[in-house]
Amino acid sequence: MQPYDGPLLAATDLARSFGPHRVLRGVSLTVAAGETLLVAGPNGAGKTTLLRILAGLMRPAAGEVRVRGRRLAHGDPDARRPIGLVSHQSLLYDDLTLAENLAFAARLYGIARPAEAARRALAAAGLADRAGATPRQLSRGLLQRAAIARALLHEPGVLLLDEPFTGLDARASAAFRDLLRARAGEGRALVIVTHQLAEAWELASRVAVLAGGRFALERPRAGELAAFLPRYAEACAG
Amino acid sequence: MVFAALVLVIVNFARDPTALPALALAPSALWITFAFGAVVALNRAFAVEREHGALDGLLLAPVPREALYLGKLLANLAFVGIVEAVALPLFVVFFDVPLGHALGGLLAVTALATTGFVAVGTIFSAMAVRTRFAELLLPVLLLPFMVPPLIAAAGLTARLLEGRPWSELHGMLRLLILYDIVFVTLSTLLFPAVMDE
Repeated sequence: MQPYDGPLLAATDLARSFGPHRVLRGVSLTVAAGETLLVAGPNGAGKTTLLRILAGLMRPAAGEVRVRGRRLAHGDPDARRPIGLVSHQSLLYDDLTLAENLAFAARLYGIARPAEAARRALAAAGLADRAGATPRQLSRGLLQRAAIARALLHEPGVLLLDEPFTGLDARASAAFRDLLRARAGEGRALVIVTHQLAEAWELASRVAVLAGGRFALERPRAGELAAFLPRYAEACAG
Repeated sequence: MVFAALVLVIVNFARDPTALPALALAPSALWITFAFGAVVALNRAFAVEREHGALDGLLLAPVPREALYLGKLLANLAFVGIVEAVALPLFVVFFDVPLGHALGGLLAVTALATTGFVAVGTIFSAMAVRTRFAELLLPVLLLPFMVPPLIAAAGLTARLLEGRPWSELHGMLRLLILYDIVFVTLSTLLFPAVMDE
């Protein structure tokens, strides 16, 4: 991939409604290489909607998203290539084994030797011994690890993570945090949407609070989480 | 396939052979079987993508959404084609239809008509899969669009089985070809918009 100097992810004035309910009212953000933006907010604040728009899965009513400077649009499927998404769902086929699922995903991204890439990704996620299992045979935590393996398979430059620590036990959470820290260290841009602030706090370089369809607060992360919580509560209350 | 066989059995045994010759009923029976077999198959077209959000996985990939539609169309054509390939010999057996002279023409008509309604069915299936009542919604959306190719295909089948001349066929064949061109093109172009939430 060509080097790129600008922000890896930039969104401008994103707006989106569901019927009469305005979920996003002009959200803008930029995430540079090596940065991790932590987006927090109350239930229904629009965090998942924001992440789906950033991933190109949902069209904003207004505003635009640029990934490595390229606008996300139907006509430019390659603009989606640098995006990796860990969502509420694993994005896996229930009838395929994990190895088959990841090999299929590798083919979608044009990765050479997809079966080998799938094996590597599963081994990195600690799922080498589950390669022959189907998603329905996995526990919630193992399925989340498989989803993470799928998201990281093509070495995305922009990682979007929606409640990524859900279902992971303490050891898997710690390992995943280390992995995300390493990815940010390699110059990738990360956006983490979570309620579990404690899990993601140390990873974040910036923190934003989404409330009332806007960023009620956005600032660099500094200090302890405990000191931030009163500000967080205040921002959520509007 | 079981459904297709069931339709043929019921229609055949419900017919009074002294009142209605097999050839009079055969085209309708064949296309009722193909049409409902296709609706059942198309109802499952995106079902595998619904679990665990696999559809999002496809939409995230750096693949043109038009290509995703065409891939899904080909898969659905293959699936419906298998159903038809099983139903056709059963149709010959139950209705005792002399197919020899009409087989080539019947296969061409089947391919053209199936392409048309599967093209429309694939995009409607993509629309319906995100709704709560997908399996009810698809037939409601699709059946009106299936009427033109089904009328043409049933009419052509009747004429082919009766050994009518080419001059009586080409009008309806043109309709099927035009339907395919219009709906495959429209569906391919509309699919990216349909996939946007």
